[in-house]
Amino acid sequence: MNIDSLHNGIVIDHIKAGRSMEIYKFLNLDELDCSIAIIKNVPSSKMGKKDIIKIDAVLDVDLNALGYIDSGITINLIEDGKRVKKYHPELPEYISNIVKCKNPRCITTIEQELPHVFKLTDRENKIYRCIYCESKAELSQ
Amino acid sequence: MRHLIDILDLSVEEINEILATAEDIIANPAKYAHSCAGKQLATLFYEPSTRTRLSFESAMLSLGGEVLGFSEASSSSASKGESVADTIRVISCYADIVAMRHPKEGAPMVASMYSTIPVINAGDGGHNHPTQTLTDLLTIKREKGRLKDFTIGFCGDLKFGRTVHSLIEALSRYEGINIVLISPEELKLPSYVKKEILKAKNIPYTQTTDLLEVMPQLDILYMTRVQKERFFSEEEYLRLRDSYILTVEKLETAKKDLTIMHPLPRVNEISVAVDNDPRACYFKQVQNGKYARMALILKLLEVL
Repeated sequence: MNIDSLHNGIVIDHIKAGRSMEIYKFLNLDELDCSIAIIKNVPSSKMGKKDIIKIDAVLDVDLNALGYIDSGITINLIEDGKRVKKYHPELPEYISNIVKCKNPRCITTIEQELPHVFKLTDRENKIYRCIYCESKAELSQ
Repeated sequence: MRHLIDILDLSVEEINEILATAEDIIANPAKYAHSCAGKQLATLFYEPSTRTRLSFESAMLSLGGEVLGFSEASSSSASKGESVADTIRVISCYADIVAMRHPKEGAPMVASMYSTIPVINAGDGGHNHPTQTLTDLLTIKREKGRLKDFTIGFCGDLKFGRTVHSLIEALSRYEGINIVLISPEELKLPSYVKKEILKAKNIPYTQTTDLLEVMPQLDILYMTRVQKERFFSEEEYLRLRDSYILTVEKLETAKKDLTIMHPLPRVNEISVAVDNDPRACYFKQVQNGKYARMALILKLLEVL
């Protein structure tokens, strides 16, 4: 299968097979006009199978937030057809409106417009807690 | 501008400073009688808690300040659907400081994000109640003369008791604290509290279901209410409840200078006969609560 190379954009590689749509939705890629390729179940020597997303545009979003969704992914920034940066997203200190607080006693359950914000409290064990009620976020796998 | 949402918002030095102010208030109440003249405390109580509200109001009145507020959500704009953020912005126009009690966890934190005046968390559901912790620390300081080097037993409902979790967290920052956890299996301290506080900070602790067995080693006994609704069956509740009632007889092996504490309200977990024992400090604790709140108000209003 041939996908044209990017001139300026982002390649999100090493996504766990089957999770590319989650990232697509998280980054609101459906709102973009540019070319986007979602490539699923690509054979991978390391992972067996993986997903890849190619975005033919430079996004103004904090891609580190992807580290919460899938810490194994690789982000490649492409400029003038060349890869200028390759990195693994770090776990962000805060994640906002990615997961919802499930604690029925949390203030977010009655105040609908409050952002659901979680703070990283244990980097090693990837534990995030709600900034309001300190309940643990349910981890994405 | 500072708020008090969680006891850990205060450093050990700040807590010590507040406790020192509280002790000075106790020694020289007249000195502080007009410290907050012209200042207003708003008590925003979205659920009834007469004791805590009166403690805050009494504290402000004793500082020469004034109080306003509501004592249940139905008499506030919350019943019309107003958000905490909007309410606090309105109240910020009237008062100089706020004490907020709310049934939902994190509500005072939300208030602090939008407030232009200091917000004190006066209890948010089963989450935090930092002024109770300040009260407990002041009581220990006054009764023991120190906040280090003692063995404290927590007895009763250690699973849901927020006062216990907060006090353990606060004490974990002091030296020489030895903790004894006394509860039925069903109401043991949650494992995350043990892991994230006791184990993480190397606080020595033991767990037991037998109060009598550990009584002789305790310097402080912190009793809590065992609530019936926590149990699966009536029989189990009745069986367990009686093992955690503090009686004069059970105190026979206790130290002569034991300090008995309880955040109140008490139901039956401390026999009324114990009230006459000089080691019973739970009503002094209530008095200390007022002084701790006075000292906190002074600090947050920066009037000292």
